[in-house]
Amino acid sequence: MIAIVDYDVGNLKNVYTALGDVGLSGTITRDKKALDAADAIILPGVGAFSDAMDNLRKFDLIDTLNDNVQKGKILMGICLGMQLLFDKSYEDGEFSGLSYIPGEIIKFNAPGIKIPHMGWNNLVINRASPLVKNIGTEDYVYFVHSYYAKPDNFDDVVAYAEYSVKVPAIVKKDNVIGMQFHPEKSSNVGFQLLTNFKEMIS
Amino acid sequence: MLTKRIIPCLDVDHGRVVKGKKFQNIQDVADPVELGRYYSDQGADELVFYDITASYEDRDIFIHIVEKVAEAIRIPFTIGGGISKVEDFRKVLMAGADKVSVNSSAVKNPQLIREAALRFGAQCVVLSIDAKRNNKGSWDVYVKGGRENTGIDAIEWAKQGQDLGAGEICINSIDTDGVKKGYDLELNQKLSSLLTIPIIASGGAGKMEDFAEVLKVGADAALAASVFHYKEIPIVDLKNYLHNQQIPVRRV
Repeated sequence: MIAIVDYDVGNLKNVYTALGDVGLSGTITRDKKALDAADAIILPGVGAFSDAMDNLRKFDLIDTLNDNVQKGKILMGICLGMQLLFDKSYEDGEFSGLSYIPGEIIKFNAPGIKIPHMGWNNLVINRASPLVKNIGTEDYVYFVHSYYAKPDNFDDVVAYAEYSVKVPAIVKKDNVIGMQFHPEKSSNVGFQLLTNFKEMIS
Repeated sequence: MLTKRIIPCLDVDHGRVVKGKKFQNIQDVADPVELGRYYSDQGADELVFYDITASYEDRDIFIHIVEKVAEAIRIPFTIGGGISKVEDFRKVLMAGADKVSVNSSAVKNPQLIREAALRFGAQCVVLSIDAKRNNKGSWDVYVKGGRENTGIDAIEWAKQGQDLGAGEICINSIDTDGVKKGYDLELNQKLSSLLTIPIIASGGAGKMEDFAEVLKVGADAALAASVFHYKEIPIVDLKNYLHNQQIPVRRV
């Protein structure tokens, strides 16, 4: 069972449905016992960083997430959920994150580029990982974000996309994974990535 | 490299996809879920569904369609039509839509853009503008399905929409819509150079060259309906054509 953390950050059903495509059964929950019992945890999310952190606090979920990560359980953040895994974000202020991966979240800031980074961009593999099995540079995934992760150690980046900078697309540090794009909206490439995720947790 | 997007647009009336020419002469086409799945498989980059009736009674039918589409496809999709309150945004987003498009209601109440962007994120707020050339060398914003001229300058309104927090602008040219003689290149070029958010060009696609032209002048995405519905332009062929024109696209 995969726990999809329900903390009022938009619709989680699409993630749930896409997990079903690869034969993973998900449960949308904010029940701590369910998170503790899950084989892996997915932290989705759209919207603003500070609101998302506030909601994690409001539902008293941070200690539970910390405990599970410390136990070695796989936690995967998607989109804003990935950004929360870092130390802090400069989205409309300066806010602390979950600090599972060293680094910060900053805004795109190159002249002439459209913001948000919105649409399909291809993945460039930065280092080998079972997460990117059968994934190559002709594989496109769907991004939509105005802020991106700047990890202290670029080795935590498994794959990136080029958009004025190398935008971390898949990050992994030990048992903590992040995907900046939406695998559940990325057609057959998303399916392959979620299949890889499934193999990693089984 | 970020690719340019090709977006089929499906007008939905009483749970069926229809296509109007210049917003009139509406013809029945197909089941939205079936068409959505078809386009997703063909390599469409996103889908747009407009609820063109949007009467109060039909709203629940439409929400149900949104849910079924969300289950069937694995590409992003946008819902428009009949969105006038933040609560309307919430309903379609919870039904599985990724973005919500507002048009007349935002003209009437521009703060709707800001409120929705703050609550759900700018990424899901699409400001759709129906624009028509006037005789002063600019474009006016029309509302109510293209029937009423507001006298508002379309480019100024697009800028204001961006400042209010819209994540994207869909610019539909009433002059070219349904005529199949190409997009309004001048309007798309102007908007694209003035705005920092992505632009979706809409209205006028008749042949593959039309897509290439509007994407080359700066549009980030091109939307069309009838050329896809009637299979005049298969999306697979269009993507190959654009690729050969050195336009970055995602091919399946």
